[in-house]
Amino acid sequence: MNPISYSRAASVADALHMAGGQGARLLGGGTNLVDLMRKGVDTPSQLVDVTALPDGIDRAEDGGLIIGAAARNSAVAAHPLVRSGYPMLARAILAAASAQVRNMATVGGNVMQRTRCLYFNDVAGARCNKRVPGSGCDAIGGFNRYHAILGGSDACIATHPSDMCVALAALDGQVHIAGPAGERTVPLVAFHRLPGERPDIETVLDPTEIVVAITLPPSPFAARSAYRKVRDRASYAFALVSVAVGLTMREDRVDAISVAFGGIAPKPWRAARIEDALRGASLSPSAIEKAFEAEFADATLLPGNGFKRGLAKRTLSAMLTELGGPAQ
Amino acid sequence: MTKIQNAVIGSVRTVIGWVPAGWLPGGSPDPLIERRAAIGRQASRLDGPLKVTGEARFAAEVAVDNLSYAALVHSPITRGRIMRLDTDAADAAPGVILVVTHRNMPRLGTLALIGMSDMSAIGNSDLPILQDAQVHYNGQVVAAVIAETQEQADHAVSLIMIDYTAEPAKTLFEEAKATARTPASVLIEKNHVTVGNAERELSRSAHIVDNVYRTPPHNHNAIELHTVTAMWEGDGLLVHDTTQMVAPSATALAKLFGLKREQVRVLSPFVGGGFGGKGMWDHQIVAVAVARMVGRPVRLTLSREGVYRIIGGRTPSEQRVAIGADAAGRFTALIHSGYSVMPPYGACPEQYTLGSRAIYDAKSFEFLQRHVDLDIVPNTFMRAPGEAIGTFAVESAVDEMAHAMGVDPIDMRMANIAERHPVSGAPFSQHALKQAFTDGAERFGWNRRVAEPGSRREGEWRIGIGCAAGSFPYARMPGANVRITLHGDGSATIACSAQEMGMGTATVQVQHAADRLGLPLEAIRFELGDSDLPASPMAGGSSQTASVAGAIIAAAEKLTGEMLRLAGNASPVAGLRAGEVRLTDGGIASIADPSRHDSFESILARAARDDMTVTAAGSMPLEMFKFAMHSTSAVFCELRVSDVTGEVRVDRLLGSFDCGTILNPKTAASQFRGGMIMGLGLALTEETLFDGRSGRIMNASLADYHIPTHLDVPQIDVMWTDIPDPRSPLGARGIGEIGITGVGAAVANAVFNATGKRVRDLPITLDKLLPD
Repeated sequence: MNPISYSRAASVADALHMAGGQGARLLGGGTNLVDLMRKGVDTPSQLVDVTALPDGIDRAEDGGLIIGAAARNSAVAAHPLVRSGYPMLARAILAAASAQVRNMATVGGNVMQRTRCLYFNDVAGARCNKRVPGSGCDAIGGFNRYHAILGGSDACIATHPSDMCVALAALDGQVHIAGPAGERTVPLVAFHRLPGERPDIETVLDPTEIVVAITLPPSPFAARSAYRKVRDRASYAFALVSVAVGLTMREDRVDAISVAFGGIAPKPWRAARIEDALRGASLSPSAIEKAFEAEFADATLLPGNGFKRGLAKRTLSAMLTELGGPAQ
Repeated sequence: MTKIQNAVIGSVRTVIGWVPAGWLPGGSPDPLIERRAAIGRQASRLDGPLKVTGEARFAAEVAVDNLSYAALVHSPITRGRIMRLDTDAADAAPGVILVVTHRNMPRLGTLALIGMSDMSAIGNSDLPILQDAQVHYNGQVVAAVIAETQEQADHAVSLIMIDYTAEPAKTLFEEAKATARTPASVLIEKNHVTVGNAERELSRSAHIVDNVYRTPPHNHNAIELHTVTAMWEGDGLLVHDTTQMVAPSATALAKLFGLKREQVRVLSPFVGGGFGGKGMWDHQIVAVAVARMVGRPVRLTLSREGVYRIIGGRTPSEQRVAIGADAAGRFTALIHSGYSVMPPYGACPEQYTLGSRAIYDAKSFEFLQRHVDLDIVPNTFMRAPGEAIGTFAVESAVDEMAHAMGVDPIDMRMANIAERHPVSGAPFSQHALKQAFTDGAERFGWNRRVAEPGSRREGEWRIGIGCAAGSFPYARMPGANVRITLHGDGSATIACSAQEMGMGTATVQVQHAADRLGLPLEAIRFELGDSDLPASPMAGGSSQTASVAGAIIAAAEKLTGEMLRLAGNASPVAGLRAGEVRLTDGGIASIADPSRHDSFESILARAARDDMTVTAAGSMPLEMFKFAMHSTSAVFCELRVSDVTGEVRVDRLLGSFDCGTILNPKTAASQFRGGMIMGLGLALTEETLFDGRSGRIMNASLADYHIPTHLDVPQIDVMWTDIPDPRSPLGARGIGEIGITGVGAAVANAVFNATGKRVRDLPITLDKLLPD
């Protein structure tokens, strides 16, 4: 491990002042960054602890929710406003990691976490364009069970591993960013980039900026929503496929719908084509099938991850069919 | 193993076969089978409080003055040579005491590979360690750093620059099959065994199943990482290790470093999980060598990744099982053959066909294992090596035959379970596998099973029930020695170098010694885990309890004779011979007239002795050759498979065991359950991701290598016949490895019953259960 400096920011202004230099990294719960440092994947020279920044979970002026970036994952999952108004978010968080990790991990850190691609994590033995731009990708042609079937590129097929972000994407989450030039807001679905030629650039965040909060608009989906995570063991594994669905029905037809996938793409995957196809439709098997095909028509299937297309379809179909039935 | 060895073992068996049973050890059953008090009782582990309170000191926790710390560099290439080696930055890094590479490592020979003829031959690999620039496998140790702190050593390791030239490597199982070797023997058994012409019988059979089953590589993941602390004191060497082979390690290290055996002491009072992985590997040898170079104690603890890189695991396998059956469902042919990896510098043959030779009768048999050479860290013994994966193949095949014939899988087994050893014809010492099935089926509710696959459903979940049989050979190792000291206060100390890996070795032997010596439990102390104590064999092959028990029996007999002599003419037991007395109530009593009793305390006091010490070795384990001795099991599983996602959730697991006397129900139940949980991992989640392009293990962490989590493990029920084996000490057979045996097939068979899908390729991950 290389020498590092550590400082604790007392405020957003403080953090902006400390961060932004070459080699500086923001430290939340450390549940991802510290692992990366141990493995030599990331070698920061400066750690800025941002856990003293706002961590409140409050009702916003528009009736939605505002969550401070330093809020712990477990606090969000347990919060009454989240459980009553955004149950999908609570379920997504509780499907992730272990209780110990959730107690440490922050919301801001969760949004910023890196892929768990085996080749990204193997500094000594594997090539990775995300880690060393231009070096090549060993995941393509290697073990890619956990890799993307949508949104990948010839340079990178790594997935974003978050569960929480999949729910945030489905709930129209907004990422509040502070920077030297002031604050700005980016929809969560536009916050993460697709890899293209530059898989090392993962978000639209500038190095001088920090994530300060996530807001959620009031959600119509509290009564009919679900998060289902499919994985290789019952707990403590990343998603092969996860699906977040929110639904409102008018008579027997879909009124509002929101669908997002995890585990299949380099970013939390909001499935706009599925939503467009199903809005106003009845949830018949053929309608669901057609909507799914619209979204997954250009999926790139590899030997290790080709099963995910069918798995995603079956999981989505089962969830829509169940949620679209008589209100619970 | 050689052909000569085959011949020797074969002739020993033949000669032993002529000897009447009564002449052999165990010929007359151990009297304690009928006369036990502490044995068979529920007893908590003696080491429990020490571990719960943190008082137990594991090898990485021993306080040592002037300690230095080591870290290793592993080769990221698979085959090739080190061309450039730059250690300047590491040499200059803070706290670094020494950087060791093949340039400055002292010249050392190689370990003798594990062998059945020499119990101190314990090498998992006979490759040279840091002796030259050659790289033989990905992860091989190529350098080490010794520093003042672990962090300094870890940092300096990252500064060592090595350039390699890569050479072509053998990393693809499928390709390497073409040049597979056929060994003459597998452990002490002949490899290629034929009875009749199995292929011909198969082709003529009324019913045939003939399929190939595949199992992936696995890695060891004991909670305690491999760790060693080595220090030289004058010419003597002291090693704190975590090892399943305390005394053999001392002998092997003495040979390798040119020392007398008594100059080496290995201490390993506690082992945080062994499972076959805590043997002699490169790290101990590096630590001992560099401790001498730096003239200070050195501690070397592998990282979790390091365990994957240089500690071998279970080989992958490809197994063909063919069964022929006549119209009545009696087996006419059983063929079990296949391929597994064993590099020429390795020692573990993964004996997957041995269990298959011991359960079912058939008109004809053929067994054959072939070894595939790959350039990899040598595979090693991992809980029920052979049986764990061999039963997956054979017990799946039996289930396939039952389904094909429309016969209940238990009925199919009952019709074919052998009454004598199916291949050798030797009588079983005790064998109640049928009862294990009957008892298990009743407790489990086997009659609730619906034979037609896919019949039971709850919502999106299809429910299935399956079973499998398991068999694991009894072993008692030669060379077990024990010292018993009777103290003046009537207490006793038992001492030997045996290993405590958390399964209750000391606890059970204290129970045994209490009954054997006629003392209360509290009066017995058991010392172990120290190579200076009388040597006992490695803990392996589920043999340690029987091996140590055999030595205690021998020592107790000797003690009886010595104490009778010491008792003298004034004693109530004067004039009695050893065969006429027993040890009971804190002393010696006449068997015929128990009122004639003399206490140990008074015998020692009258003789003005503080204590009496005897040392003895267990008898040769000839019972193994005279009788077919096997622990057996019937495993039952109920599970759900999601129709939507293919996810498998195991709801119930039951193990019904026939392992002779169960010495301590509490520790035994834990051993059985632990083995069965490991079996769930084998069935459903565990797989080493070995990238054939690079020869590198890609999931070298507990995050990426999936052992079962708590949520994956259901209520596990265990039961046992508890019928004593008249041929073994205490009537007991091994229990450490039978737990995992059969679980893979029980799960696979339940998956088939739930879904109608036959998965012949472990682990059974959800993608294998989705529609195409």
